[in-house]
Amino acid sequence: MIPAAFEYYRPKDMAGVLSILEEQGDDARVMAGGHSLIPMMKLRMADVPHLIDLQDVEGMSGIDLGAETIRIGAMVTQHDIIEHEPLASVAPILREAALQIADPQVRYMGTVGGNVANGDPGNDMPGLMQCLDAAFTVVGPDGQRDIPARNFYEAAYMTAREDEEVLTTVTIPMPIGGYAYEKQKRKIGDYATAAAAVQIVNDGGTCASASIAMTNLSDTPIYSEAAGAALVGTSVDDAAMSAAVAAMLGDIDPTEDNRGPIAFKKHVAGVILRRAIERAWSRA
Amino acid sequence: MSKKQHYKITVNGKEEEFLAEPRELLIYTLRERLNITGPHIGCETSHCGACTVTIDGKSVKACTMFVAQADGKDITTIEGIGGPDDLHPLQKAFKEHHGLQCGYCTPGMITRATKLLEENPKPTEEEIRFGMAGNLCRCTGYQNIVKSIMAAAAEMNAAKEATE
Ligand SMILES: Cc1cc2nc3c(=O)[nH]c(=O)nc-3n(C[C@H](O)[C@H](O)[C@H](O)COP(=O)(O)OP(=O)(O)OC[C@H]3O[C@@H](n4cnc5c(N)ncnc54)[C@H](O)[C@@H]3O)c2cc1C
Ligand code: FES
Ligand code: FES
Repeated sequence: MIPAAFEYYRPKDMAGVLSILEEQGDDARVMAGGHSLIPMMKLRMADVPHLIDLQDVEGMSGIDLGAETIRIGAMVTQHDIIEHEPLASVAPILREAALQIADPQVRYMGTVGGNVANGDPGNDMPGLMQCLDAAFTVVGPDGQRDIPARNFYEAAYMTAREDEEVLTTVTIPMPIGGYAYEKQKRKIGDYATAAAAVQIVNDGGTCASASIAMTNLSDTPIYSEAAGAALVGTSVDDAAMSAAVAAMLGDIDPTEDNRGPIAFKKHVAGVILRRAIERAWSRA
Repeated sequence: MSKKQHYKITVNGKEEEFLAEPRELLIYTLRERLNITGPHIGCETSHCGACTVTIDGKSVKACTMFVAQADGKDITTIEGIGGPDDLHPLQKAFKEHHGLQCGYCTPGMITRATKLLEENPKPTEEEIRFGMAGNLCRCTGYQNIVKSIMAAAAEMNAAKEATE
């Protein structure tokens, strides 16, 4: 498998990245860990005449825990997330989800920025970030802007990021309450047949807030506001969970593929969401 | 369009300098350019782990990295872990516990396992299975691979305690 030829760049700072992007336009693309992009280039489904490797760009690999927010640099890897104890203690859902992505080798290379910027509906972090109401900071020729994860995904591989913009940071409001990332896959290392991210707050036995997002059940991740709302004010009993599942099923739009027919995917989505809610509630 | 570039990588402690196109996959650089044929090509699609090498302390599938990305890096392959006259405890354990049949997956398995034991010197069976999930074997059914890694860990820990 030999990809098409390309010019390779390894700039040391963001100014260097942006100037190549500006000069080469559509022919240029950034690469983080390469574990989504390189397979596509090998299959010649992606042709990147000018490849900009971000590995040496300064200041993109930090994890900063503030009082109210968590800031994760785009080049932080899934392995870094798993290994970072302070992060796992304030936002355990990040580690729980990262451990369910791919396999150890892929997790050493695959980055948070690449996972959320890629736009593949199979990626796990976009739904996770929607659940957590994260914002993505992008920089481009016209400066910097923040895009909420919940408004970022337009269609498969289509996002609100412009081609000449680079994602630098993911900012997450400090999560509160119980959590769960539940994923059904055909085998270890596989993309989700269905996955659910849940954060839920228990106020004396009553659900005070709930955030729910689903992965690989539409051409984008699905933040289901209605599913969360179905739990608020309840004791998260069986009826409330059924209502949440029904609301979620109204928001997703799976297609048939090698992971199964539509009816099966909807069934699995319901099972997975129910499990995720139960586990998150038990931890809330 | 893409011209050959000058690259310098360190493989098993030896500095290697050569000209290559940036798109060359590291597995081909190792196997065909440098004649380091321990890392194998199983799937070439990032799934099987037969091509696993260690790069700057990470287990990496060498079929999923361009040589240009590896420029300046320090790489260890199975050849750098131990040879016929000085087998690594993992190599010995794989031999003793039948951790291989055809042997095709073995260089990747052992290279990955060195890193796993470095990060977690006393893994449980479950932790081994999880930590080895990026390496596929079509022969053994994994049981003896897990046994071999358990045995190597025990031997390495005993040797370490003896020197302390
Ligand atoms: C065998 C295998 C199994 C996998 N299983 C899973 C799985 O179960 N779940 C999952 O979520 N993922 C899975 N992945 C994908 C893996 O997590 C990728 O590493 C991840 O999707 C992309 O991260 P990356 O750093 O490798 O990005 P790259 O491959 O480098 O980039 C991906 C895309 O994002 C763009 N990009 C990267 N960084 C930036 C940035 N900072 N700003 C703007 N654009 C950027 C690139 O231009 C490219 O288009 C799997 C991959 C493999 C090979
Ligand atoms: S040959 Fe690299 S993962 Fe199979
Ligand atoms: S021993 Fe044959 S593939 Fe593992």
